[in-house]
Amino acid sequence: MAKAAEKSDPKAGATPSGGVEPSHNLLRKFYRDMLMIRRFEERAGQLYGMGLIGGFCHLYLGQEAVVVGTPATLKEGDSVITAYRDHGHMLACGMDPKGVMAELTGRATGYSKGKGGSMHMFSREKNFFGGHGIVGAQVPLGTGLAFAHKYKKDGLLSVTSCGDGAVNQGQVYESFNMAALWKLPVLYVIENNKYGMGTSQERASAGELHQRGAAYGIPGKVVDGMDVLAVYKAAIEATEYVRNNGPMILEMKTYRYRGHSMSDPGKYRSKEEVEDMRKHHDPIELLKSKMIEQKLADEAQLKEIDQEIRAIVVEAADYAQQSPEPDPKELWTDVMVEA
Amino acid sequence: MTDILMPALSPTMTEGKLSRWLKKEGDTVTAGDVIAEIETDKATMEVEAVDEGTLTKILVPEGTEGVAVNTPIAQLNGAANGVQGGANGKHALAPDTTKPETASSGVVQTGKESDAAKPPAAAKSKGTQTPARPEARPVSAEEAKFYDKTVSKTVREALRDAMAEEMRRDPSVFLMGEEVAEYNGAYKVSQGLLDEFGAQRIIDTPITEQGFAGLGVGAAFNGLKPIVEFMTWNFAMQAIDQIVNSAAKTQYMSGGQMGCSIVFRGPNGVASRVGAQHSQDYASWYAHVPGLYVLAPYSAADAKGLLKSAIRDPNPVVFLEHELLYGTAFDVPVDENFVVPIGKARIARQGTHVTITAYSRMVGMALVAAEELAKEGIEAEVIDLRTIRPLDVETITNSVKKTNRLVSCEEGWPFAGIGSEMAALAMEHFFDDLDAPVARVYGVDVPLPYAANLEKLALPQVEHIIEAVKKVSYR
Repeated sequence: MAKAAEKSDPKAGATPSGGVEPSHNLLRKFYRDMLMIRRFEERAGQLYGMGLIGGFCHLYLGQEAVVVGTPATLKEGDSVITAYRDHGHMLACGMDPKGVMAELTGRATGYSKGKGGSMHMFSREKNFFGGHGIVGAQVPLGTGLAFAHKYKKDGLLSVTSCGDGAVNQGQVYESFNMAALWKLPVLYVIENNKYGMGTSQERASAGELHQRGAAYGIPGKVVDGMDVLAVYKAAIEATEYVRNNGPMILEMKTYRYRGHSMSDPGKYRSKEEVEDMRKHHDPIELLKSKMIEQKLADEAQLKEIDQEIRAIVVEAADYAQQSPEPDPKELWTDVMVEA
Repeated sequence: MTDILMPALSPTMTEGKLSRWLKKEGDTVTAGDVIAEIETDKATMEVEAVDEGTLTKILVPEGTEGVAVNTPIAQLNGAANGVQGGANGKHALAPDTTKPETASSGVVQTGKESDAAKPPAAAKSKGTQTPARPEARPVSAEEAKFYDKTVSKTVREALRDAMAEEMRRDPSVFLMGEEVAEYNGAYKVSQGLLDEFGAQRIIDTPITEQGFAGLGVGAAFNGLKPIVEFMTWNFAMQAIDQIVNSAAKTQYMSGGQMGCSIVFRGPNGVASRVGAQHSQDYASWYAHVPGLYVLAPYSAADAKGLLKSAIRDPNPVVFLEHELLYGTAFDVPVDENFVVPIGKARIARQGTHVTITAYSRMVGMALVAAEELAKEGIEAEVIDLRTIRPLDVETITNSVKKTNRLVSCEEGWPFAGIGSEMAALAMEHFFDDLDAPVARVYGVDVPLPYAANLEKLALPQVEHIIEAVKKVSYR
């Protein structure tokens, strides 16, 4: 593991139970982790433009607060699973930016040895279960992770994320039903970034997304997904609820700055809309001004973090470009587990 | 005076046990009265009277086993027209439901007008029924040694024993599916497992194939060893994305980090008169997919030994059973250490003139065909593939090098079927050894029809195998 990954151990700043206000250190960690995703994704976009990353590449820019606020409320061993907009999740789980970037460039040193790509990365060590490319399919999988936690009676839970587009898939409701029926410890996070590819939520989804579990008795809450402190507070309550009672839904209202994937021209929304979100609702700027306002950090300190992050991302990008491609023999490995 | 006949209470029922009379001689019955309880191989069902009258005589005493469908079981004195018991099943979804099915099979058999009062020949002689079991022999020395001590078990019992033994051995193994627990299995395969292992490990799911298949895969990622039962493989079409995209591919996509030890099992192939959506062989569908093992046993011993291997294996396994074989008994090794290796075919019958490959129910037909052919001096070698993926190319190749002729049998459709794969294998592995083009026996390339005569025409029969063997033998 790289030094960087050690530093961003998601559980490092966990607040003792009962304390809802994040500690000074935790705020700095939030800032740092969000910035890491921001700079990492910008660099990934750049490498894509240079032809070093191929295929589909779904960037997490703008949604950073959603994944950064939650891990601090998790226990060692809790499971995390999501769909294909997954880079932010992996970094927030504490996965090594070098390994993630190397997977993006399809290199042997990537998390999946170059065989998975942007949408398919996993880490047993960090209990990150992917990285799944079929919209909604990760929801039964994440419910199954929770089933296993309950079966093993290990007191752990599963955080299962999906987008606003996925919540219209039938298997999401098949999962809600079983999770509620069997009181499975699963926190469903709906990352509502307002667009399922090019179709706005208003044009695709009837009703309120956080209420989609109501028929099953699954409580749902709306969270300002652009405010990492709001996410953190909601996640503290939600994870405690889930550990004791069963499934819950958090709908995070968020926004993606870039297209659905790199090849998306973004004609379905106005430049002004995007600019407004960036200028007035940016999760990193929001936290930054709060920290300065409350004198929890000064510009110089934050700049120091910024420089540290830039160095880590540059190192990851170099690593991803310099690492070798997988050995041709790897074509045939990992199809089956050797019994 | 009219006869009350032993009713067929499921699409595949040929006989049953008359477990209890609820009316006695001299009782008056009205339509809808429950008159008796009948135990099929799947469930205990109530039989209702269809007509009014007085029960004048009970012809079959309660407790009688093996009463053939359409046997008169009682006489009714009343103003009845057709007299047939109706079933009063409580389960609305299992394929063995509540069809007050009259004995149409006999009609087809004889070609005469239906006469319910006069029972036709027992449904057992029906053309699509599984033929009588010829001897099944094990293949390798390791397997053979277990056959010193055997006991007769049905395929159904063998499958249950395999699950029970593996669940006793490994607490991370659990069974989930529709009706597997309290109902004891739509086909009684999981009978008694809830009592032994409890509701935490034998789990009734809602009717939600995609959901519980995906849930099972997630549980497997997280260290459990699920057995996911599909009531039939037809319903697994709802879940095929989770089987292919999640279960089969994740080990590879994760660079070897995230294996998925899971068994998907249930009845595959045709049943009897259940129509196109409930009658399909999925062997070639799943065998197409790297990352899966695909098993399709014929005998009870192989069903048990392969299911045990499948449960222990760290990979996702598609386990194709056959409804028409569930009630068939075979000799099964007693030793609980008996397992059948994945990827090894079995020579079910030795021969020198032609090689017949088959799997699942078609093995029985191939063996019957082989006996018929032997009467004409053709000694066929029958290979029970047992594993479809990975295919035991070596055993097939060695056999054809000896016989120089190959006939492939399957219930499935011809296009891109298992027979197509056999033909390709022949090109790649033993083209120069062939004395005739490979012949294929398969289900006709249409959705399976319901009408008894059309269904029979659509399905591969023993005579098709004989015909194909003669064709490749130039006879």
